[in-house]
Amino acid sequence: MPPKKPPSATAPPPSDVGLLEEIGGGFLGAAATVGGMGLLGYQILRRIVTFRIDRAETLRNLYRMGVKSIPIVIVTALFTGAIMVIQAAPLVVRLGAQGLLGWGAGFGILREIAPLLTALMINGRVGANNTAELGTMVVTEQIDALRVLAIDPIAFLIAPRFIAMVTTLFLSTIFADTLALLGAAYGGLGLLGVDPKTFYNGLTSGLLGLSDVTSGLVKSIVFGVVIALSSCQYGLGVKGGAPGVGRAVNATVVASAAGIFVLDYFVSFTLD
Amino acid sequence: MSAANTQDEPAPPSGIDQAAEAPDTSIAAVIGAQAIHFVGMGLEIASVFIRTLYYCVRGRPDFGAVVRQMFEIGNRSVVFLTVVMGFIGMILVLQGGLQVKRILPEFSMVGASYLELLVRDLAATISALMLATRVGAGIAAEIGSMVVTEQVDALRMCAADPIDYLIKPRFLASLAMTICLVIWAAGVAMLTGMLTAYMMFDVNPRTFFNLHLVDTGDLVVGLAKCLAYGAAIPVVAGHSGLTTHGGSEGVGWATTRAVVNASLAVIVLDLILSAAGYVLLGP
Repeated sequence: MPPKKPPSATAPPPSDVGLLEEIGGGFLGAAATVGGMGLLGYQILRRIVTFRIDRAETLRNLYRMGVKSIPIVIVTALFTGAIMVIQAAPLVVRLGAQGLLGWGAGFGILREIAPLLTALMINGRVGANNTAELGTMVVTEQIDALRVLAIDPIAFLIAPRFIAMVTTLFLSTIFADTLALLGAAYGGLGLLGVDPKTFYNGLTSGLLGLSDVTSGLVKSIVFGVVIALSSCQYGLGVKGGAPGVGRAVNATVVASAAGIFVLDYFVSFTLD
Repeated sequence: MSAANTQDEPAPPSGIDQAAEAPDTSIAAVIGAQAIHFVGMGLEIASVFIRTLYYCVRGRPDFGAVVRQMFEIGNRSVVFLTVVMGFIGMILVLQGGLQVKRILPEFSMVGASYLELLVRDLAATISALMLATRVGAGIAAEIGSMVVTEQVDALRMCAADPIDYLIKPRFLASLAMTICLVIWAAGVAMLTGMLTAYMMFDVNPRTFFNLHLVDTGDLVVGLAKCLAYGAAIPVVAGHSGLTTHGGSEGVGWATTRAVVNASLAVIVLDLILSAAGYVLLGP
């Protein structure tokens, strides 16, 4: 058997990439992204612990990300509340137990649906927007300009966005919990003829506890961290003009959405 | 950093001033302006949808483009969708099982109710939300880059309607591939749910795989949702892409809007179809 020639640096790369290489490349890429996000998180944490954060930028981002997302959160929460009631309807009709509607819709909303859907909507609106903004800054060399002026881009740009995003998601989830329960109560009245009082009784009759609410809120913080880290990481890594920004935004929303679902399982698993 | 502002209105150099200036319009005016904006956008999207349908019947058939888009929309989403739906199956069975355990420790109906919920709503809706994110962002970014680099204007110069050329193939591909992807996603979620039930709650897979509660109505509602989402996502995202303006900021903003609008469209269609299915076909 002839000895295998070592790959030379000057030779053109093999044109046909095998399946194994593709899978391995995918895993390596994912590992590099997650590692980059971890490093970025460490750098952000160091700035937060030593209070080296730009205050005006934090407030500006809180307004832009938090206040401006309220309409989307309201619409999503009211609609998902009503959808949850329709999905819990067979429980009521088959068992003839109207009191169970509050429980059935309530635990779904508080534990899963409200944090999850709020995170997905905020991911689409705030995460994508953040990547686009940072990406534009990278493409137009504004980040380099900051470095030239001896301004730390992480303390000035990234850490405020991180704090604003986590806060936004936490507060929006509380908001969405309430509104989704409201939507569910009136959806139940409109579609099933269940009195909102019966709905709230089912909610507070002891089957649901504080742990259901806190579990949802812990999730919202985890999701906020995922969205913030991935959107900043992809935004700072943009290459190649307007199409590059578009590709980065696409990659961010996909990575955050996958991260949200994967971490959702692990948080649910560890909290119970 | 006012130069890097991707909002659609120009913001003053500091956002705090903007917050302070906001209250000089009344709440009614803000809500009214939002409502008018929403209605206008809805009409524009409806016009794109109708023109897409018109070109599907009367336009130039281009099977190559449709097949390429089917690969782009379908095959490239399989891994992402498999991961997400696999975890969704595990989460739902875990949470449902824990609730059942609290009330009565009897797991024989967990599988049947889970499968019914999956077929009627969750398989289609969660997959569609994921596709709205992935496919919607992709379509808007691609078409938006074309608008920014004036390729769409070049198409118009050649008397080719961008809706016929760009949106119609994506629309047809998305209609076909959404159904395939949702069926695959339902299968994945079913399998991971079954495994979770077996490992966490000792439910026999035979007991779990119980299709008694799934009736024709559930299947019809589920498939109707697939069709509606498959039609809505490319139209909404294509509209966002075609209305891009400004350079790379504009592309980012169009992508954001595509994801948000497509996700909202999925949620609204879900409510409408679920309510219609409940009223017409029973629970």
